[in-house]
Amino acid sequence: MKARNFRYIRPTSLDQACCILAEGGGDAVPLAGGQSLLAGLNMRLSAPKLLVDIGDLKELTGQSYEDGAVRLGALTRHAELLGSQVIQKHVPLLVRAAAHIGHVAIRNRGTLGGSLAYADPAAELPACAVALGATLALSSVVGEREVKAEDFFKGLFETELKPGELIVAVKFPAIQPGMAVGFAELSRRQGDFALVGLAALATMRRDRIGTARLAYFGCVDHAKVARAVSAAVTGLATPLPDTSAFEQAIRQDLTPEDATGLRADTKLHMATVLTRRVLNSLSEKVTP
Amino acid sequence: MTNLLGEEDVAIEATLNGKPLKRRVKARQHLADFLRQDMELTGTHLGCEHGVCGACTVMIDGRTARGCLTLAAQISSKSVETIEGLTDSGKLSRLQSEFIARNAAQCGFCSSGMLLTAYELVASGRKMSRAEIREFISGNMCRCTGYHAIVDAVEAVIAKNAKTSVGGKA
Repeated sequence: MKARNFRYIRPTSLDQACCILAEGGGDAVPLAGGQSLLAGLNMRLSAPKLLVDIGDLKELTGQSYEDGAVRLGALTRHAELLGSQVIQKHVPLLVRAAAHIGHVAIRNRGTLGGSLAYADPAAELPACAVALGATLALSSVVGEREVKAEDFFKGLFETELKPGELIVAVKFPAIQPGMAVGFAELSRRQGDFALVGLAALATMRRDRIGTARLAYFGCVDHAKVARAVSAAVTGLATPLPDTSAFEQAIRQDLTPEDATGLRADTKLHMATVLTRRVLNSLSEKVTP
Repeated sequence: MTNLLGEEDVAIEATLNGKPLKRRVKARQHLADFLRQDMELTGTHLGCEHGVCGACTVMIDGRTARGCLTLAAQISSKSVETIEGLTDSGKLSRLQSEFIARNAAQCGFCSSGMLLTAYELVASGRKMSRAEIREFISGNMCRCTGYHAIVDAVEAVIAKNAKTSVGGKA
């Protein structure tokens, strides 16, 4: 199908973009990589009156490492996550996750900020941002503010973003010695939406899990810390012989619903298997 | 208020297949429709129009992109290459020869997108296993020939390029 009619504008500065978005109010939608937005427009799932193309704003680009955190501009493309040495060294979870986002052509265009703002419950990056304790820098005509990733995602495709507000950059705390990250995803085909996925950050004491911060995707309504599972796996020795230690916790954190071709209990089983797989991978990935 | 902002017809200045392009395009028109309808470059195909099938693959600034998930208005100040441009310049000739030799194109619907994705893969200069090649082309659907012959063709070009190690051609 084709998108409905809309107007298009390409601001040349962040200030200008914020003014346009403020004036446009609820009718104006920012366009970055467009890999989710334009698919939705083509299928007429939404019909904004004005697209504000922020794809050229220099203020939203760049990668830097300082004070123990990596700051990535909102326009960082998924393909850049795969190819950056700074990210590989300090935020390896993003590299693991990016390989699962769509396909090459999608990763060449889609952006970090776009993925977080769209807040698809099956998307990889929102879960990573939550697991890693990232902070989002937002901007609007009112000014700038920072929001923690775990407070940013509010519900199904719902975020803390106010009308007229843009994600400028995302700050990810760098991985520290003794920490490990884990990532796994089940989808029907390579690059498809996740049926169940898991992003994990843990501190390891030899083969034992010290603390853990897990965030699921594909089987939750929005990215959030899986508190029950994170608590249940604390102190466990890996490799885990079975899944008994966290099966109950998974049922507390995840409440999937039956869908065509995929029952809720199947999803819970998949999440259980995936969780053990990720936890057992952690001890091999500890940062020296 | 909103109707005062932005335009329904957008002026673009870009490079298309190496030549300067200056046009007015409909804001809602995606790049694949613009190429096919306005530029009569019908080698870029349209399958699903929501980013799944890969038939509409084009290159934007040297990287593959979905023609259906890019607005024509977004290509301003960028360089776009299509199957026509890459064929004329000879950049695809090795891939095309191997595709033909191995019968890796049957109906041809996926071929232009498949060739562009394969071109990005081969041009990266990376050595890839068959599994990695399959992963790389996983965003391009073929519904008749099957992927086996396509992977064969890509593998053959990678092997030939490794032997001759001549840049520029894929």
